[in-house]
Amino acid sequence: MRRITAVFETARAEGRGVLVIYVCAGDPNLEATEDIVVAAAEAGADIVELGIPYSDPIADGPVIQAAGQRALKVGTKVAGVLDTAARIRERCDVPLVIMTCYNPILQFGQEAFAEWAVQAGVDAVLVSDLPPEESDEWVAHCEARDLGTVFLVAPTTRPERIPEATQRTSAFVYAVSRPGTTGERDDLPKGLPELVENIREHTERPVVIGFGISTPEQVRAVCRVADGAVVGSAMVRVIAEQTDEGAIVPAVGRFVGHLAEGTKTE
Amino acid sequence: MAIATKGRFGPYGGQYVPEVLMAVLNELEEAYEAARGDPDFQKELDYYLREYAGRPSGLYLAEALSREVGCKVYLKREDLNHTGAHKINNCLGQGLLARRMGKRRFIAETGAGQHGVATATVAALFDMDGIVYMGEEDIRRQQLNCFRMQLLGTQVVPVTSGSRTLKDAINEAIRDWMTNVEDTFYCFGSVCGPHPYPTIVRDFQTVIGIETREQCLEKEGRLPTRIVACVGGGSNAIGIFYPFIEDTEVELIGAEAAGYGIETGKHAAPLVAGSFGILHGAGEYLLQDEDGQVREAHSVAAGLDYPGVGPEHCWLKDTGRARYEPITDQEAIDAFCELARLEGIIPALESAHAIAQVLKMKDELGPDDIVVINLSGRGDKDVNEVEAILETQGVAK
Repeated sequence: MRRITAVFETARAEGRGVLVIYVCAGDPNLEATEDIVVAAAEAGADIVELGIPYSDPIADGPVIQAAGQRALKVGTKVAGVLDTAARIRERCDVPLVIMTCYNPILQFGQEAFAEWAVQAGVDAVLVSDLPPEESDEWVAHCEARDLGTVFLVAPTTRPERIPEATQRTSAFVYAVSRPGTTGERDDLPKGLPELVENIREHTERPVVIGFGISTPEQVRAVCRVADGAVVGSAMVRVIAEQTDEGAIVPAVGRFVGHLAEGTKTE
Repeated sequence: MAIATKGRFGPYGGQYVPEVLMAVLNELEEAYEAARGDPDFQKELDYYLREYAGRPSGLYLAEALSREVGCKVYLKREDLNHTGAHKINNCLGQGLLARRMGKRRFIAETGAGQHGVATATVAALFDMDGIVYMGEEDIRRQQLNCFRMQLLGTQVVPVTSGSRTLKDAINEAIRDWMTNVEDTFYCFGSVCGPHPYPTIVRDFQTVIGIETREQCLEKEGRLPTRIVACVGGGSNAIGIFYPFIEDTEVELIGAEAAGYGIETGKHAAPLVAGSFGILHGAGEYLLQDEDGQVREAHSVAAGLDYPGVGPEHCWLKDTGRARYEPITDQEAIDAFCELARLEGIIPALESAHAIAQVLKMKDELGPDDIVVINLSGRGDKDVNEVEAILETQGVAK
């Protein structure tokens, strides 16, 4: 958790936003994932979200769904993803956020999952289909071992529910830019600055914005209103486009380096 | 934090969904609560159920089947509803609710196509844009229903993700709903999914049990001793069970699809052989591996081919109020043929599981028993498939 806090403090001191990169663990395989994350961190990713592939990911658009299916096809397991996190931690200090659906945590055992995650050097966990109202038990397991939590606030979230999310958030609040799963646009959806302002009324925690962000220009626009930007599908697509596995690491480096230029807002 | 108990059946149910969906689920819940308490809404629903769907459906004393089983066996004739199954009860209810909420797009998932056809029918009736998600594999198996939906003016969207069957069609419908929350109503087909769907769909299907109760009292002067229904997601079963839950002398029995046999692992029987987890926003019994990845289900009846089951059934099982028994593909096919010959009624393969369960337990039954089987749908859609299966088995026609 302290790694996450430190990253936001440093970025703020440097007058820039935080770049969060999403990677689907196991696509094309877990060995490659390890190298991808290290390369992303070296190229300027401030935080890396490591996605656990799932059979029925209702929150994901087609790009991440396909990556998850490839990862499952090569036999990616939950324990394998946590082991990969541990190996990444031996190689670099980038804050790691596990992103997963709730069912894999339930089957692993909530307490066991939280404990393994901490042992592996994971800083926070984002559970994409666990709204605040259903999360008390999980949050308690995280709080008991200083494992960070991330909750989402969407443009459709009713104002009275925003505190439900912020009160349970210890790492950072994830503001969803627009309804749905995918969609790339040049401009920011209207109302985004207001959404961030509404969230900030309830919390001191950093706020990042995600969904549909794929270019340095969009990263810059987002970093002007929030503390950071999340790039997911676009990163996953760059990885999937490399026909030669050896080309993945350099491609990730180039893409992340390019995106990182957008974090400088001053 | 009282919200966490909302939509719970014991530990089952709940709302395990992405944040984007929470607002629409709340909106749906409020709209439904308002409609439920509005006599005009009920009056309107009753009108369409009666004049359009053809309710009440008969409670038919199946004499030949009764002789075979050794006690009175009644068939609740949901197969005689408009569109050929119980699904229309729910779709009319949700269609009226969508209209009340001012939604233009009426979307749904379908497996066998029965819920898709009922959705398309209601979309046409109430002049909404019907969109039905259907797995590519199911489109191949159910060409006829696919064409029926198109005739009714609904767009059938093939689903190519995952296992290309019902569960993936639900995933796609949910994603559509998340993306188009403003103008879209998701007409969910069974008593599964996040709260408030298990409650809404149950309430709209409860008409089956309410009628059954009245009809049985009228014909027999007492309640049935056993009620049997097939269980996929579980909407026809909960519809007939629900009004009898307090009558503990009435035994409630669900027939789950055992596919090639529970021991083969190729089945669709989460209540008999599944474990607790989350599927499509609800905590329930489901088929999954040790990592929580959802396993593909198998049943000859596409409408039962689902790896999860409604949360209320999970609770009825745990409390012992209902019991759930496995019926294999073969047992269902045999019952399908037997009912056709005995009664001149070709049941849906789904409903044939309930017939098979009654034939299977005839040794437990005495002459004073009264059994009601929910004949949830008719079998026209299945005759091609059954013909193909019987041919491969070398059974003379």
